[in-house]
Amino acid sequence: MNSRANLRSPLAGVLNQGAAHAGVHHWWVMRLTAVALAPLCVWLTVSLLILPGTGYTAVSAWVASGVNPVLLALTTLLAAWHSGLGLQAVIEDYVARPLWKTSLLVLSAFVNALLAASGVYAVLRIALRSVA
Amino acid sequence: MDERPLSPHVTVYKWAYTMTLSILHRVSGMALFLALLALIFWLVAAAAGPEAYARAMRVLASWPVRCLVVVAILALWYHFCNGLRHLAWDMGWGFERAQARRSAVIVVVATLLASAVCVYALVRAGAGTA
Repeated sequence: MNSRANLRSPLAGVLNQGAAHAGVHHWWVMRLTAVALAPLCVWLTVSLLILPGTGYTAVSAWVASGVNPVLLALTTLLAAWHSGLGLQAVIEDYVARPLWKTSLLVLSAFVNALLAASGVYAVLRIALRSVA
Repeated sequence: MDERPLSPHVTVYKWAYTMTLSILHRVSGMALFLALLALIFWLVAAAAGPEAYARAMRVLASWPVRCLVVVAILALWYHFCNGLRHLAWDMGWGFERAQARRSAVIVVVATLLASAVCVYALVRAGAGTA
């Protein structure tokens, strides 16, 4: 301690001055999902381009074969997560009116959660139907 | 509350093409949200059965949607390439003005090349099945 009398504890000096690593969570998850999505997007695009046909049977067989259901479920889940974080940043930056901002943030979070759940459900249903 | 200043004041800056790339990252991100919506719609239709899938494909294979697919491909590769550029910045690489301008050009060229390859493959596949 320095010689001058100071009744404030060192802890009081830093409390509420900033986030102790919690503030970077949004930033970190955005990067984490981005890094995971990069190879997944290449895989998905190439797979869709070389798909033998866009008919029901061909598409169902592709979704169900090998590691495809796992990668596809992961892609839809991470894409919805990443898109939720991105939309949140855009809404927070450009929508100034509090009521609109909050409503859109809630709507965006709900829609992206719905997309994630629907994507995973659809992939599982196609994959498990082919097994049965 | 209504009197709070809005920032940044973009209009006070001299325009540089890196600024356009910056906002295009967000625009392409929004476009990709819509593309994700379409992808999930396609998967859910396939999960629902052959009739539902055939109905969905009538919409997805229509000409307006085919044009939107081209836009989605452009948005995907732009967001992909510029996203890698952002990740490089996050690692502390390429912050110098000359580097940022060079990487901007690389992003645009790579986007156009990758998109051209995808559209070419799609058209070929479409010509094969039609």
